[in-house]
Amino acid sequence: MIAPAKPDLVTVNIDGQEIAVPKGTNVIEAARLVNVDVPHYCYHPKLSVVGNCRMCLIEMGMPAVDPATKAPIMDPATGKQKINWIPRPQIGCGTNVSPGLHVKTTSPMVKDAREGVMEFLLINHPLDCPICDQAGECKLQEQATGYGRGYSRFVEQKNVKPKRTQLGPRVTLDDERCILCSRCIRFSKEIAQDDVLGFVDRGSYSTLTCYPGKKLENNYSLNTVDICPVGALTSTDFRFKMRVWFLKQTNAIDTESSVGANTLVWSREGTIYRITPRRNDEVNDTWLADSARVLYKAVKAADRLAATETIEVLVARAAALFKSTPGAIAVVGSARSTVEEQFFTRHLATALKASAQLVSRVGQGDKLLISADRNPNVRGALVTGLIKTLPAQQLTDLAAQIDAGKIKVVVAINEDLAAAGLTAAQLAKVSIVYLGAHANATSAAAKVVFPTLTVFEKSGTYVNQQFRIQKTLKAVPAAAGATDDLVVLAQLVAAAGGAALPAELGLLWKVIAAEVPALATMTFANLPETGLVLDATPYAALPFVEGETLHYKPAQPAVAAATA
Amino acid sequence: MNLKPETLSKIDEVITHYPTKRSATLPLLHLIQEDVGHLPPDTSEWVAAKLELQPINVLEVITFYPMFRQKPIGRRHIKVCRTLSCALLGGYKTCAAFEKEFHTHLGEVSPDGEVTVDFVECLASCGTAPVVMIDDELHEKVDCAKAKQLSDQIKAEAKKR
Amino acid sequence: MPAPEQHRIIFKHIDEPGYTNDIGCYLRNGGYEVLKKAVARKPEDIIDEVKKSGLRGRGGAGFPCGVKWGLVDRKSGKPIYLIVNADESEPGTFKDRYIMHQDPHQLIESTMISCFANNVKQAYIYIRGEMPHGARILEKAIAEARVANFVGPNILGTGYSCEIFVHRGAGAYICGEETGLIESLEGKRANPRIKPPYFPAVLGLYQCPTIVNNVETLCHVKYIAEHGGAEYAKIGTPGNTGTRIFCVSGHVQRPGYYEFPAGTITMGQLLNEVCGGPLPGRKFKAVIPGGSSAKILRFGERFKGKRKVGTELVDYDWGVEDVPMDFDSLGMIGTMGGSGGVIVMDDTVNMVEALANINAFYSHESCGQCTPCREGSLWMKKITSRMVHGQARNEDAALLKSVADQIPGRTICAFGEACSWPTQSFIAKFGDEFKQYPETKKTAKPADAVALV
Ligand SMILES: Cc1cc2nc3c(=O)[nH]c(=O)nc-3n(C[C@H](O)[C@H](O)[C@H](O)COP(=O)(O)O)c2cc1C
Ligand code: SF4
Ligand code: SF4
Ligand code: FES
Ligand code: FES
Repeated sequence: MIAPAKPDLVTVNIDGQEIAVPKGTNVIEAARLVNVDVPHYCYHPKLSVVGNCRMCLIEMGMPAVDPATKAPIMDPATGKQKINWIPRPQIGCGTNVSPGLHVKTTSPMVKDAREGVMEFLLINHPLDCPICDQAGECKLQEQATGYGRGYSRFVEQKNVKPKRTQLGPRVTLDDERCILCSRCIRFSKEIAQDDVLGFVDRGSYSTLTCYPGKKLENNYSLNTVDICPVGALTSTDFRFKMRVWFLKQTNAIDTESSVGANTLVWSREGTIYRITPRRNDEVNDTWLADSARVLYKAVKAADRLAATETIEVLVARAAALFKSTPGAIAVVGSARSTVEEQFFTRHLATALKASAQLVSRVGQGDKLLISADRNPNVRGALVTGLIKTLPAQQLTDLAAQIDAGKIKVVVAINEDLAAAGLTAAQLAKVSIVYLGAHANATSAAAKVVFPTLTVFEKSGTYVNQQFRIQKTLKAVPAAAGATDDLVVLAQLVAAAGGAALPAELGLLWKVIAAEVPALATMTFANLPETGLVLDATPYAALPFVEGETLHYKPAQPAVAAATA
Repeated sequence: MNLKPETLSKIDEVITHYPTKRSATLPLLHLIQEDVGHLPPDTSEWVAAKLELQPINVLEVITFYPMFRQKPIGRRHIKVCRTLSCALLGGYKTCAAFEKEFHTHLGEVSPDGEVTVDFVECLASCGTAPVVMIDDELHEKVDCAKAKQLSDQIKAEAKKR
Repeated sequence: MPAPEQHRIIFKHIDEPGYTNDIGCYLRNGGYEVLKKAVARKPEDIIDEVKKSGLRGRGGAGFPCGVKWGLVDRKSGKPIYLIVNADESEPGTFKDRYIMHQDPHQLIESTMISCFANNVKQAYIYIRGEMPHGARILEKAIAEARVANFVGPNILGTGYSCEIFVHRGAGAYICGEETGLIESLEGKRANPRIKPPYFPAVLGLYQCPTIVNNVETLCHVKYIAEHGGAEYAKIGTPGNTGTRIFCVSGHVQRPGYYEFPAGTITMGQLLNEVCGGPLPGRKFKAVIPGGSSAKILRFGERFKGKRKVGTELVDYDWGVEDVPMDFDSLGMIGTMGGSGGVIVMDDTVNMVEALANINAFYSHESCGQCTPCREGSLWMKKITSRMVHGQARNEDAALLKSVADQIPGRTICAFGEACSWPTQSFIAKFGDEFKQYPETKKTAKPADAVALV
């Protein structure tokens, strides 16, 4: 791995603590590094800085020097260099560190400034917290407790603004709660590149609006809900469903494409309520596509498969098929499976002396968080050695072999063979062993069906387009009648005469580390939350389909298929 | 949008004054308003298309600047200065005089469709307070008597039409 | 002491019988001679003269013009823009209007000299929307000047080219604030920018170095280019050089505009002698000396302290009438010279009502970006208009002060000060009147009383 260039460091003093931070860091971020919280609303680390809320006011000073000689001026009382404090508070978000910068975040001046801003923000706010579903995540409520006056001196009429406006299919706006921080506008313009939000009117009557006749309906609209510091923008789907403090959060990965956006899955008692972005500055920053947020609906989908027989019975039946047709077995693995599952798939293919193939899925990249490669883990299959070349979209070879009668049994893992181009007649010609979570043409045609898990019910890893291996964790227990893919695969490997493999991840990773050189130093437990980048050079010659997305530039121009 | 050919050629000319098209937003809005009398509902989209912007960028501007009107007004626009120097010398009375003359209220089109009376802020002519702008013309020292006189003039012109 | 004579250098031809705003008249009066000489000089020489002159900006802040020009980033390789701030919107101010309407070529010539000095190839005159004739007059003047080769390509055969365009505002006071103006000129809402990093001298119009100067300031530059910085500095007093135009409005006999050497006339001389004193039977009660945002002065209050005269510190003990009308003296007594707009109020005025009028202005004009100004200006307006039109409470004075105190120094632009200083100073100077207001309201007003809000 290549070490990043060391940034220029600047030493600053925050509330008496000295810290060296990279040049260009602002005071809010520098303070965060010494665990000092500078409250803020309009500032967002991934958006332009506008400095409009004035919540982040801090007191700032610079070491005194003699203007003529530039010699430091010492303070006789402390024996240290004197600090010239600026008599007015400054905004932390818009102030970048400079050498020797001194910052106070708790002085009376700062306290007074925050109190003032809090009071101003609350005077026109409806104060309907008990019925607001931002409760628990509202920065206004949080900071009112920390910095507020605690009582109201406002006896005038509050401004009246539109309530419950549907901005688009997924986002609801309550203008009376809006504190005009402009985060949502900047997000739409700068990140989603869908400039539909803006303020109309002026002064305290300024009102957030979506351009009449347009809708906030791009595939990133829900990010505005995430970043709205108050309850002005809410998710229409999640509104009032569940108070957030009841929910458990689990780290996961968006499996829609090879971007591998990091996510948080919010659940309670086995039910998932929502998915939100988890910050990863190398992958998705703080963003997540709307489409990634509904994937959990697969867990309780009507077409979930459930076993009617025990796994032992099913394995025995599969074993019988394996034995009946040695040398005429094909394995169709999946680039949607986890690295661990792909590792087992490789073992299964080896034990069956079968060739393994994968199915590629290509779509239009959106230049942000959905890449052209709609499989989350093609690179995992390369790294584990399951495949050597990139998969095709259609199983043309397999079809030909079936037609020629060379293949009698197909083990299909997480892939619908019909969708990959096999005809009903071809499906009928072979005996199929199917592993998957949902019903499809293949499961219908299969001789043996193992109902397995959705990504939310299991743990594992994926390798994204950057060759970054990332962890996803089990958020909810397995559905009734479904078995962990790894358990099924381990038993199938054994049935095919392969080595005994542990389905438990800790033990399994010892085996993986021993067998896969690229992963030799890894363990599942030690994999950092933001992933680990693997060496991509062995695969440099492969014609990957991805175009440019956030934090990803293809090494070579994407092949025509990606943009077609 | 149905603009006069002169307006369209002025629009094309004014865009050349700036290195970025967006700068022409205010000039275009002025030209459209001078032509149509107000800014019709499709203004934002029309201007956005012309200047390669998004319609919301234009709507944000229209609603920020009080001189831009999204609704039609009376044939004449009477703008009475409301700010301190004029108020000290009777600006509020002047305004009331106009309202009375045309049986109207601030911001509304008078029943005869002749005028809209509005308050505006300091017109930078405080030394001749109270001042009133009628369309593009500034009228100075407009006390109630002069307001009456100006109103009569407007009514006389209306009769001639 | 009698008031000094007016010394009109900028307003020399204003209201002069027979003087017209076409180029012919201007040329007959020696117009464009200074530009002709200027383009033969080294640009730096002109900047030096401006520095020497001590000229301070006439738009409100009184910032030294030469220093401002010195801050311009000339190494960026980007074009440098000059913007003439002709937004003239600070209540009580009415001087730029007359320059533009009656003597537009003075402004065009001054602008071209300033552009040449600063290697500017494109200038814009941002004129407030409520001056449609002014905009037309300027456009016509520019066209005339272009024909005469004073504006446009290859000016006077020197190889130097510069364009001027007129850009109209549309009724927003905040467009007078220079970074709000720049946003507006870029075709956006006039939301002022945060400084740092967006200092116009470095990251101004189109993120290029930009000079923003007031109309009157630039006109002084022409005088300086003609007579030299040292000569200019002899007018007025040290630190407050040149002339000042005072725009007097409100309750005086002869409101109007008067140009005097800076610092040579006192408030008393200006109001009593030049403007003829209070209206018959009235007494002066209060005066706002530099546009409506300047802190109010109460007749009868006294200001004591020490001030520098030459190199010496001398005591002063002034009434409002004694204060010399210059930036520094007005600053010393806690207010400012600002834009030169002097608003006079006599004893018929109730201060609660006057403040309610001012607060209505500022809450209407706040751009609404930053919390303290947006919410504070409207809150203060709501309190004062409730006091006048609804129920007034004894505690309102203290509340008003406390709200106002939460604004200045905490906002993106100086509008925060502009909108809070009136409330702060009205309460400080006329606190009793605010406290008594619930009582005052119980007595019926005279039938001819003037409403202020
Ligand atoms: C709220 C506000 C309003 C202002 N309005 C004006 C104005 O109408 N005209 C003007 O010349 N300057 C105005 N200014 C001052 C400008 O920001 C700027 O300082 C000035 O144009 C600089 O020119 P000068 O140095 O020549 O004075 C305003 C400033 C503020 C904060
Ligand atoms: S809706 Fe939320 S994010 Fe958008 S401006 Fe208002 S408070 Fe900020
Ligand atoms: S101080 Fe007022 S006018 Fe200035 S940026 Fe803030 S809200 Fe806008
Ligand atoms: S975070 Fe809003 S001003 Fe700094
Ligand atoms: S107050 Fe009316 S023109 Fe200035």
